[in-house]
Amino acid sequence: MTKSVGIAVEQRATFDTPLTLSSGAVLPRYELAYETYGTLNSDKSNAILVCHALSGHHHVAGHYADDPKNIGWWDNMIGPGKPVDTDRFFVIGVNNLGGCNGSTGPSSIAPQTGKPYGSSFPVVTVEDWVESQARLADQLGIKQFAGVIGGSLGGMQAMQWTFSFPERVRHALVIAAAPHLTAENIAFNDVARNAILTDPDFHGGNFYEHGVVPRRGLRLARMLGHITYLSDDAMADKFGRSLRSGKLGYNYDIEFEIESYLRYQGDKFASFFDANTYLLMTKALDYFDPARVYGGDLDKAFSSARADFLVVSFTTDWRFAPERSREIVNALLHNRRNVSYAEITSTHGHDSFLMKHDHYHDVIRTYLNRVAGEVTG
Amino acid sequence: MSAHDPVELAAARPDFAAIAEWIAQGASVLDLGCGDGSLLRFLKDTRKVRGYGIEINDANIVACIRNGVNVIQGDMESGLSGFEDNAFDFVLLSQTLQATRHTEPLVQEMLRVGREGIVSFPNFGYWRNRLSVLRGKMPVSKELPYQWYDTPNVHLCTLHDFEDFCRDFDVTVLERRVMTGNGEVNLLPNLLGSTAVYRFQRGI
Repeated sequence: MTKSVGIAVEQRATFDTPLTLSSGAVLPRYELAYETYGTLNSDKSNAILVCHALSGHHHVAGHYADDPKNIGWWDNMIGPGKPVDTDRFFVIGVNNLGGCNGSTGPSSIAPQTGKPYGSSFPVVTVEDWVESQARLADQLGIKQFAGVIGGSLGGMQAMQWTFSFPERVRHALVIAAAPHLTAENIAFNDVARNAILTDPDFHGGNFYEHGVVPRRGLRLARMLGHITYLSDDAMADKFGRSLRSGKLGYNYDIEFEIESYLRYQGDKFASFFDANTYLLMTKALDYFDPARVYGGDLDKAFSSARADFLVVSFTTDWRFAPERSREIVNALLHNRRNVSYAEITSTHGHDSFLMKHDHYHDVIRTYLNRVAGEVTG
Repeated sequence: MSAHDPVELAAARPDFAAIAEWIAQGASVLDLGCGDGSLLRFLKDTRKVRGYGIEINDANIVACIRNGVNVIQGDMESGLSGFEDNAFDFVLLSQTLQATRHTEPLVQEMLRVGREGIVSFPNFGYWRNRLSVLRGKMPVSKELPYQWYDTPNVHLCTLHDFEDFCRDFDVTVLERRVMTGNGEVNLLPNLLGSTAVYRFQRGI
């Protein structure tokens, strides 16, 4: 499994038709950064859209010619001969609207003011993302995706695709997702947001013009988030109660390995991620609730879906536990959709969906083999 | 011929053919403990059924997906709570009854989510099994391939046992097929039949 898609090239698509968002706000113009791998077949039926989670982006596989160490975040899943096989599928990675990796977002320059959008960038939802992604599909001439795949918040987009554009998705691969956030999930997101919002360097979201970034807030938000991505077992295995210096210091410096790890992750994240994008992504998570307009009836939410589904969960994921995936599966069963469900035994918590795991990858590979047979045979 | 050729499969698994005969074209089916999905695939090919399997084993999940059948990973005995009442025309339990722990509640659940239940199981009353016990040994055969210390079969029964069970728990047997190898057994079925297949519904 050493083959890679090789050199990835970032592309930009520009959309001049105003996009009306769920909030009622209108984006007159926007850009989406995306990458593609593999070859679109003659009837344009072999495309797979990869939707990203909270901190992801369009660079899902391969590396850049001028930055060989910058490897795509799902490179173990996507490539020649890999579960999402770029020898058979035309794979698209896209950076979501409101992101900070090339697509129009809070850190982009607003044409009206010549300054970064900052606090004036509207809140976007999963529905808005899917709408914007559909326009990208239009530009690429793709009427129907062979598959839409995503983990976590990406899985929510895969689901939303089947509600918003039932005829445009043959298969939805919904991994480590949930039909909506619980109060506990929202609570974690709110603490993370508060860390950013109360950072003196946040400046109400307009920190760009002050030449600062709310690094402390972003760092805390990431540290908290990171805890929820891991499992108790994984943390115990990796760090346990290990001390960096081997003995207690009786002070408040970094002593335990887990403290060191979390701070490192927080610092790294704060050095490249945009605080406003973090706020926006967590809000999109909180708002996602397709059953809401049906009085909480998830079965009704799925009644418009026409896709076949593969739903995957991980045993130690407590952020979106297997029971949450079962809610999705049950709604699909009640609607008599074709669905298969795999519960993967893994120690890595929510992050498992990003890990290389033989059985997990076998499930995805086997499912997509069938899909490839449908669209090419 | 492919591994999924219906003719070949029907010959190899006579209980599959018996089950298929009872199932109407286009019926909805739930297969409990569906293994690698062979039966569902067979019913899909020969009866155009629409259905799902429930299976707990990881390798079988992959095999089902490869077979092109819907499979839900889970323990069928921890409840079919995700399924609504009368959601299926048929609920199947193929060569699995004897491996269920809470057999009675499971059969009741089958008849809650399905209009009819179909089970197939190895007949412990088959003469070869009786002979083996008579000789003082637990039977090991094609139908019962396990050693006593390493077997999933915790609730083996005979035809008479199963029929008593149905009477005691208000289950109405609609049809029965007994076979040995590929041959149908009509004479002394509890003695001469190695495999039994029953179709049943809630008591009326």
